[in-house]
Amino acid sequence: MQGLIGKKLGMTSVYNADGRNIPCTVIEAGPCVVTQIKTSDKEGYDAIQIAYDDKKEKHSNACELGHFKKAKTTPKRKVIEVRDFDGEEKNLGDLLTAEMFEEGEWVDVVGTTKGKGFQGVVKRHGFAGVGGQTHGQHNRQRKPGSIGACSTPSRVFKGMRMGGRTGNDRVKVANLRVLKVLADKNLIVVKGSVPGHKGAYVIIEK
Amino acid sequence: MDAFKTIESEIKELKQFPEFKAGDTVNVSYKIKEGEKERVQQFQGVVLQRRSNGVNETFTVRKISNGVGVERIFPLSSPFLEEIKILKRGKVRRARLFYLREKSGKAARIKEDYRKKEEKAEA
Repeated sequence: MQGLIGKKLGMTSVYNADGRNIPCTVIEAGPCVVTQIKTSDKEGYDAIQIAYDDKKEKHSNACELGHFKKAKTTPKRKVIEVRDFDGEEKNLGDLLTAEMFEEGEWVDVVGTTKGKGFQGVVKRHGFAGVGGQTHGQHNRQRKPGSIGACSTPSRVFKGMRMGGRTGNDRVKVANLRVLKVLADKNLIVVKGSVPGHKGAYVIIEK
Repeated sequence: MDAFKTIESEIKELKQFPEFKAGDTVNVSYKIKEGEKERVQQFQGVVLQRRSNGVNETFTVRKISNGVGVERIFPLSSPFLEEIKILKRGKVRRARLFYLREKSGKAARIKEDYRKKEEKAEA
């Protein structure tokens, strides 16, 4: 697997070869620095650790400073691990850029969805609600209805879908087409939407 | 989001068209695909509004076709857009001329801006 950390910049649209207007998301992809190399001999599995987005030294603690100093780089905000990194051998301090993506290939994008707060079952689980508003109905249009039988089992089953905190979940969107790569500006444009708000960190995998 | 606007303009091309605004009468040449064949369609009418900005800008053209009002929205960055010809400069007092939808016949006329017409001739 190959991966890169990025930032969702926003959505726009581009015209494809047929002249159709295609919705797309612009992602600032990298540049990421390799900050640690994990091997099966030492850590028990193969992976590389990559870091993205500079932060000030005064916002980092001593452990972070030391860790980034080993890779001869500045402190970074976001650090992830990519298991079984494909491609050539990486060394500490190596740069990974948007050049690893090509136009037309497929990528997966991982992000955290926008938090929606406490939501009812209609929004959270796609319940249909009660349907009509007449025939004596009132105050139950978006209610979940029955959550179980009476004396048998005389309890509510675990996992019953109810209202609650919605969004703010880690989500992977699979198979997004890379429409454009602007390697000099570290930008890639993928077709469709990507989880999270503008400026949110995303992980691009392929 | 100014930075994003510049990114947008890099990934989307914008052709150059003559300046026009709401109230102008224009003739738009628009490429149309019919199966395999491609041909150019003309749409002539009054510009009701120009909307949004940069590469996302669109404009609405209204015409009366067989007694029925027809409106078409064209994206300025559309690759199908071939040419915009300005036939008449209109003298209007607002940027969006939706009041034209309720008017018909003589009431829906727009005064011509002769000042602008002469400017155009000089240039």
